[in-house]
Amino acid sequence: MSPGDFQFLADLLKLRSGLVLAADKGYLVESRLLPVARQRGLDGLAALVAGLRKRDEALTRAVVEAMTTNESFFFRDTTPFETFRSYVLPQLLASRAAARRIRIWSAAASTGQEPYSLAMLMAEEKARLAGWRVEIVGTDISAEVLTRARAGLYTQFEAQRGLPIKLLVKYFQKEGDQWRIAPELRAMVQFRELNLLEDFSALGRFDVVFCRNVLIYFDQATKSTVLDRIASRLPEDGMLLLGAAETVLGLTDRFRPVKDRRGLYETNRAKAA
Amino acid sequence: MTDCLVVDDSRVIRKVARRILEGLGFAVSEAGDGSEALAECGRHMPGLVLLDWNMPVMNGLEFLQQLRASNGGDRPIVVFCTTENDLDHIQAALQAGADEYIMKPFDSEIIEAKLQSVGLL
Repeated sequence: MSPGDFQFLADLLKLRSGLVLAADKGYLVESRLLPVARQRGLDGLAALVAGLRKRDEALTRAVVEAMTTNESFFFRDTTPFETFRSYVLPQLLASRAAARRIRIWSAAASTGQEPYSLAMLMAEEKARLAGWRVEIVGTDISAEVLTRARAGLYTQFEAQRGLPIKLLVKYFQKEGDQWRIAPELRAMVQFRELNLLEDFSALGRFDVVFCRNVLIYFDQATKSTVLDRIASRLPEDGMLLLGAAETVLGLTDRFRPVKDRRGLYETNRAKAA
Repeated sequence: MTDCLVVDDSRVIRKVARRILEGLGFAVSEAGDGSEALAECGRHMPGLVLLDWNMPVMNGLEFLQQLRASNGGDRPIVVFCTTENDLDHIQAALQAGADEYIMKPFDSEIIEAKLQSVGLL
């Protein structure tokens, strides 16, 4: 790919998704975009960028989706889910006892593994949550991955990545060579297409936000803006979970780290809007 | 360092599993069927058993049932690793005392994730 084409692509991705494409990511561009070019009968990446320069909207969307789609698996990294179960949930059960309602946002839901992991976790806690309304909203920039997320159908390979076998047996049904998540868990999760760079106030307010492994793709200014806007969707005692390689430090004063709970941040009440 | 017994009648699978498990810091020994594995456990009870289902002489389920009934046989974490991928087999394995279940084909990520979920990593 010529330097001019690479720069055009990098600018487009930054504008449309916030993704910062570093100069050493040529291999990523090839591996993600050559299939898109082939699918559309385009002769290589130069032809693909030529199409983007002509403002082909369908092609642009396909390129943004291909570059921003990231692999996911159930209970990824384990710790955030354990933190949620053992630290965040008990607090919510106490503080929301009157309303008996919990809203959770999975802000980069991809093919659904994170929101469905949360749904399983909540289902496992059903004794403590009897009479409670639990709502999980999964959003992603890619319509294509959300279609897969809504179907809740996973290959055998996906179904066993991170998913304890007892939960697979309990919450999935086998369909041919694939595994489909149970209807009652699918009913706990709503999926919506959403670009984190755009207004997301229509999603309403949440008690907890999982926004893991997304900010790493943004530049500093975009990270700050997104974090501030997430803070505005949370109440005074809201919680945010970030990926292991992410932080709020130096980016916003709307959140502060929770001591000894890596990846967990609480709303900084003094700075709440 | 946890020691792991890999039980599979395929030399190739044993070799692949050994490479992955040694990469994760386990000390690995091997057995080619359930009977050999029981004898090995009698000599030295491992912390982890990675267990195939279909093997000559004694299959994985029989091995597991006999292991769990034996002295000290409740201790090892047992992870099935088999081409049997239907719910009936999985439930039978869990009922017999399996801790986890991997459906072949597997890769290092799946093994690593499963061992994390049973607390060995």
